[in-house]
Amino acid sequence: MKPIAPSQVTPRRVYARRREFLKLAAAGSIAAAGGLVASGAKAQAKTLGLPKLESTTTSPLSGAEVPTAYTHLTSYNNFYEFGSDKSDPARHAGRLRTRPWTVSVEGEVAKPRTFGIEDLLKLGLEERIYRLRCVEAWSMVIPWIGFEFNRLARLVEPVSSAKFVEFETAVQPDTMPGVRRAVLQWPYTEGLRIDEAMHPLTILAVGLYGEILPNQNGAPMRLVVPWKYGFKSAKSIIRIRFVERQPRTAWGLASPHEYGFYANVNPDVDHPRWSQKRERRIPEFRASRPTELFNGYAAQVARLYAGMDLKKYF
Amino acid sequence: MRTQPSKTQIAFLKAALFVAALGPLAKLVAGVLYFPESLGANPAEFITRSTGDWTLRFLLITLAVTPVRRLTGWNWLLRLRRMLGLYAFFYGVMHASSYAGFDQIFDFSEILADIAKRPFITVGFAALLLMGPLAATSTNAMVRRLGAARWQALHRLIYLIAPLGVLHFWWMVKRDIKEPAIYATVLAVLLAYRAAERMRTALRPARLGVKP
Repeated sequence: MKPIAPSQVTPRRVYARRREFLKLAAAGSIAAAGGLVASGAKAQAKTLGLPKLESTTTSPLSGAEVPTAYTHLTSYNNFYEFGSDKSDPARHAGRLRTRPWTVSVEGEVAKPRTFGIEDLLKLGLEERIYRLRCVEAWSMVIPWIGFEFNRLARLVEPVSSAKFVEFETAVQPDTMPGVRRAVLQWPYTEGLRIDEAMHPLTILAVGLYGEILPNQNGAPMRLVVPWKYGFKSAKSIIRIRFVERQPRTAWGLASPHEYGFYANVNPDVDHPRWSQKRERRIPEFRASRPTELFNGYAAQVARLYAGMDLKKYF
Repeated sequence: MRTQPSKTQIAFLKAALFVAALGPLAKLVAGVLYFPESLGANPAEFITRSTGDWTLRFLLITLAVTPVRRLTGWNWLLRLRRMLGLYAFFYGVMHASSYAGFDQIFDFSEILADIAKRPFITVGFAALLLMGPLAATSTNAMVRRLGAARWQALHRLIYLIAPLGVLHFWWMVKRDIKEPAIYATVLAVLLAYRAAERMRTALRPARLGVKP
């Protein structure tokens, strides 16, 4: 893991007891918790009260930073199917039908299969606290609940011709006001190289803050690839296809010189609209945090790109 | 309908406009100090967007004064135009400061690089820069010093500034150009009105000429 300043770390035992601290704080004993609970902590603990998910929190791949407040994670979203404003998903995604939900896993695999979402919830859920870096130069820390993509892959047995994986988002024109206009090419598709997809950091997330995913965050299941810009992590996935050729991606189709296939977080490769040198950790005012190569996950993933020109394959 | 408000009424209108135009700023200040949730998860972005929106709105409102005056006969609207223009500049400065402070943490070498490298920032910066001389020459004393003709020639820069501002917004947007398209449409209507007026005045003598 990347080095984290001690001041940024909330010890797990403190984090695990955060609700107790909040009760203390609420009771007027805020000084007792002072210095341990971030200023947004009150908001952090307040969730929508969605159904709870059982998960383990033992993975060494999970980070220890203080998660961004739930209210911010669920009110500031890029999910263009519901509109292009950050507040649109929270406003409109409530109508998304997430049950019944099936995910077809197909293509270059020995055992193609359609999974019901209930089956996928049994694949051994873990909490993974990851940084998320948006290409728009803001970032968050998100306590996902999910499972490693490679667990699902093993069930369908990819064959040697499976070089890439394509992810396809649902299109529900009656619940998704955004898909009525051709802002992007629907359905939203994204893709990863097979070794990227199989990396233990790559997860399919089904929950957030111990509860099932809110619709605006890509319910009932979305991809999370923490070392890449957020747009790579397709939401509300209905199809996963193992393919031989590099898949086309929604933003890549819309503007190929701005959104590359790899989209690895990289402070040295500018986006035409934004410098990527620094970032703003939501909800801070100043974009003063230096952006890290591979979003701070270089120790785990840099070897995937050994010898590659990251400026060319951006 | 030709109404001519009294001196007192004009003074009152000006005072009311002055206060009302501070509303968007007051909302942001109140948000920062007392209602952080009203600014959302990314308050800096909210402030930059809001002040940018209001810069464009005041530019368009300023440009609307002449057509509305001609269509309604409310010549007194002209008395409010200077303040509207100055507010466009005021929110433009706020907008640029928000970008410089929050996004670039006042790193001026980064800001210059941004202006040189990113076309949407280049045109936005150009628009703000061009507004400077207009704001500086907005006083009665400056009008007298420059002379009406030169002053007017200088202030025609707004016909360049407003399109640059809209272009700045258009190029900034990632994909969904719905909002900048609205501003562009309003601007196009306001400019088309002037073009039509000009053609009409240009044609009038010619038409007189062919009359028997």
